Amino acid sequence: MKIFVCIKQVPDTETKIKILPDSSGIDAATVKWVVNPYDEYAIEEAVKIKESLPGSVVTVITLGPKKRVADVLRTAIAMGADEGIIIDAPESLDPLSTAKALAATIKKEGEFDLILTGQAAIDDNASSVGPMVAQILSIPHSAVISKLTVTNESFLVEREVEGGNKEVVQMQGPALISATKGLNTPRYASLPGIMKAKKKVLKELDLNGLNLEKTLGTKFTHYRLPPEKPATKIISGDASTQVRELVRLLRDEAKAL
Amino acid sequence: MSKVLIFTEHQNGTLKRSALELLSFANKESLQISAILVGSHSHSVISELGSWGVTQIYQLNDTSFDQYNPELFDAAFFEVAQQATPNLILASSSSLGKDLFPRVSARLNFACASDCTHLEFNNGQIKATKPLYSGKCLADVQFETTPVVLMRANQLPVMEKPNKNSSPQITSIPAPSLDLKTVVKNIVKGTSQRLDLTEANIIVAGGRGVKGPENFKLLNDLADVLGATVGASRAVVDAGWVPHEMQVGQTGKTVAPTLYIAVGISGAIQHLAGMSGSKVIVAINSDPNAPIMQKATYGVVGDLFEILPKLTEEFKQVLAH
Ligand SMILES: Cc1cc2nc3c(=O)[nH]c(=O)nc-3n(C[C@H](O)[C@H](O)[C@H](O)COP(=O)(O)OP(=O)(O)OC[C@H]3O[C@@H](n4cnc5c(N)ncnc54)[C@H](O)[C@@H]3O)c2cc1C
Repeated sequence: MKIFVCIKQVPDTETKIKILPDSSGIDAATVKWVVNPYDEYAIEEAVKIKESLPGSVVTVITLGPKKRVADVLRTAIAMGADEGIIIDAPESLDPLSTAKALAATIKKEGEFDLILTGQAAIDDNASSVGPMVAQILSIPHSAVISKLTVTNESFLVEREVEGGNKEVVQMQGPALISATKGLNTPRYASLPGIMKAKKKVLKELDLNGLNLEKTLGTKFTHYRLPPEKPATKIISGDASTQVRELVRLLRDEAKAL
Repeated sequence: MSKVLIFTEHQNGTLKRSALELLSFANKESLQISAILVGSHSHSVISELGSWGVTQIYQLNDTSFDQYNPELFDAAFFEVAQQATPNLILASSSSLGKDLFPRVSARLNFACASDCTHLEFNNGQIKATKPLYSGKCLADVQFETTPVVLMRANQLPVMEKPNKNSSPQITSIPAPSLDLKTVVKNIVKGTSQRLDLTEANIIVAGGRGVKGPENFKLLNDLADVLGATVGASRAVVDAGWVPHEMQVGQTGKTVAPTLYIAVGISGAIQHLAGMSGSKVIVAINSDPNAPIMQKATYGVVGDLFEILPKLTEEFKQVLAH
């Protein structure tokens, strides 16, 4: 099987976010960058399929400033992916421009059976690029997948939907699937894997070289910290007093009931 | 006048709160409102939409629309957008909304922003606000072409129903004839009768401090009284006490209820990532130094096993009046 995995480099959740003085974005230099956690499930699933279907090839693609984002491709290759492609692009491209660039790159690479992504990137939490890529390539997608079974020519997936319900969906390939927690447990890269990934030559493309029409999309401006919350009110006393006081505050002060 | 197309989600013939929020916004801004109404059992919603000032309804009432299918809905919603020629599309950032609208927007070449928490008109331009980096900062979203704004639930105020009786015109959108590659084989119903976490106005969430799956009964009892939905930290999901759909946080659901009661949850940054947008946060924890205590509006230091039953009783008393 030919599998593409689209992954993104994002700031680690633990990292402190510094906003640029002109409010145009965050200070990328002070951030610790990691593979988007949901993308790790996508990488792991691709590598698992490859292990069960010998002859499969897993290609990871990412988009961003090439010097920095190469790291996530190497992480994926260390986990077992075969090839890596970087689309060199400025820091913040909006979802539709990103999807168009990814779709164009995949199309250029030729035939494929499956595209995997994470169900959302934890930086802009857009959950958009996957379904957009699928639309542009005219293939079906299924998002927020916690179980995947590959059968002849089709993919059987379980997806979480509202109210705790689960849908069992069958898709004829080629298809796009976005992964969520529960799909698998991403492995740690092995030492030989890390050595191999270090030496791997990554394919580099330039966003402008893809000759895409200019996309009118969304732009983020006026980055700012969320408004400060007032200090926590600690409610003291014995349990009965605390409970009475809490309910009173919720009703009369916070008007939350 | 600006034309807005709203995807009005409903459940068993009742408009969801998220739909009422969007309708309220459109009324407040005096927009010309069209609505997309989905499902073969959606007739009862029509007059309701009329009283919210909707003048045109695109109804997807073929039975094939009773089950979500991205390909089918993509084609039908595309058709609606072609007919409606809106200046703005509004929908909820629900699991359906986030699955469908990015796909349709890519086909329409519209500018889609999901997970927005604020919306306003500024000199005739729509401006949305969106939390980034797990809520560590906010940014304004500008749209370079027709905006498709997916709003988180519980963010916009719901106004009193304007009772406009606009007797909307109804256009029925037939099921597109497509060679569908996607088939929904089966639906495994969850056990919960409660609202989804992402829509809940009140959430009671439990963490490792709850000490075992059986003790979630204490949370369920409280949730019953409050009409709340029960959530959980990842620690207890990973321990297998509760299913993943209940997880709040970076690798779970992002929620923003009016009231979030965190019970025996320490407040790890990955948990806060999913709930720090809640309006009022109550922390019940035996450790006064737990990080959640810094984030909470109200902190109750104590033993949850002592506090929860009392709290349930107190709410019962107070809410009965
Ligand atoms: C990549 C990644 C993603 C993650 N995603 C998520 C996520 O989506 N959601 C999430 O929640 N976590 C997530 N985590 C895990 C997170 O870091 C924490 O480990 C987890 O949130 C801890 O859960 P907890 O608060 O229930 O448990 P603990 O941290 O063990 O806290 C238990 C709390 O209960 C209190 N307590 C104990 N007994 C009592 C009592 N009798 N009465 C009152 N209080 C009591 C304790 O004081 C303590 O504060 C993620 C971690 C990583 C690395």
